[in-house]
Amino acid sequence: MIGIIDYGAANIRSVCNALERIGAGSFVSGDPAQLDRATRLILPGVGSAKSAIGMLRSRGLAEWIRLNGKPLLGICLGMQLLYEYSDEGSAPCLGMMKGTIHRFTGNDIKVPHIGWNTVRPTIPEPLFSGLEDGAYFYFVHSYFAAISPQTVAVTDHGGEFSSVVACGNIRGVQFHPEKSGPAGLRLLRNFIEHC
Amino acid sequence: MLTRRIIPCLDVKDGRTVKGIRFEGLRDAGDPVDLARRYCDDGADELVLLDIGATIEGRGLFLEIVAKVARAVQIPFTVGGGIGSAGDVLRALHAGADKVSLNSAIVRRPELIEEVTELAGSQAIVAAIDARRSRTGWSVMTRSGSAAGPADAVEWAQEAARRGAGELLVTSIDRDGSGEGYDLQLLQSITGAVSVPVIASGGAGRDVHLRDALTIGGADAVLVAGILHYGRTTIPALKHYLAEQNIPIRP
Repeated sequence: MIGIIDYGAANIRSVCNALERIGAGSFVSGDPAQLDRATRLILPGVGSAKSAIGMLRSRGLAEWIRLNGKPLLGICLGMQLLYEYSDEGSAPCLGMMKGTIHRFTGNDIKVPHIGWNTVRPTIPEPLFSGLEDGAYFYFVHSYFAAISPQTVAVTDHGGEFSSVVACGNIRGVQFHPEKSGPAGLRLLRNFIEHC
Repeated sequence: MLTRRIIPCLDVKDGRTVKGIRFEGLRDAGDPVDLARRYCDDGADELVLLDIGATIEGRGLFLEIVAKVARAVQIPFTVGGGIGSAGDVLRALHAGADKVSLNSAIVRRPELIEEVTELAGSQAIVAAIDARRSRTGWSVMTRSGSAAGPADAVEWAQEAARRGAGELLVTSIDRDGSGEGYDLQLLQSITGAVSVPVIASGGAGRDVHLRDALTIGGADAVLVAGILHYGRTTIPALKHYLAEQNIPIRP
């Protein structure tokens, strides 16, 4: 059973629809006691890092997410929240991945980075099972994680950034698999079956 | 590499897809949920659903369609038409939309952009700008082209982006439904003035029009409607053509 972490802001419906589509059982909750029943967790997210981390803290979810030990997939802002710090609102985050989230800069790129871009795996990773190298996924974000030892796939937008990261059984994807057609559904299935 | 997007637009009225010429003369173009699914299967990069009836009774019906489309497709979609408040935005997002496009409401009260950004993030808000050629450039029209808005569309585009709109949907009223091509000068003026992505709208009649909007016009995405609804061309054919023209396209 997948527990989708609800902290009051994220657009959770599309994640639910995608999991329903691949026949995966899931429930939505913002209550640590209920989320304890999940075998895997998804941390979705849109909006700003500062307000999201504030909502996670006020619901007692921040500490619980750090310590529960279940396999976890952070999506978009949900991935960025896994880091130590985000420049977006100068927000200390969950600290489960080393590093700081920065804003895209540069005159030759559009910000936000919106649209379909290629994801190139840099090391083998079960999330990519059955997906071709350079598969297209849908992105929408203004902040990014730099390349680091946790990087398992990269994407280019005025330079390469981390589009997929992994550390133990914690994973994060910068794109929206729930909005990325068949490739996205495959990645979600891989998370459920192989991670 | 980030690809350019082809975005079919479905104008929805009383539960059906329609397409007008210059905002008038509507023709029936099918069931919106079926069309959305077909475009998604055909390789559409996103969808836009516009509620052009925007009556009180039609509103509930439209949100039902939004929820059905959210279950039917796995690509992002934007809804617009008759969205006047932050409450309307949240209702659309909760029904399953990824973004909302705002037009008359943000002209009336530009602070609504900041309010929505605060609630749902910049990525959730598309500022829709209906531009009409004026003596000196382009002016902004609201209420489906029936009322005058800010005198300068380029300045309004900059203000909307500065206030937090994640994208701009720029429609040429002069070209809309004409099939004569997008207004490239309008696109150039706006894409040169902002750093957020710009979606070109109004006037697509042939594949070359899409290419020109994405190259000469500098647009990041193209909105298409009538050119698809009546079977004049298909998304795979358009994508094949654009890829041949060396424009980055998701296969």
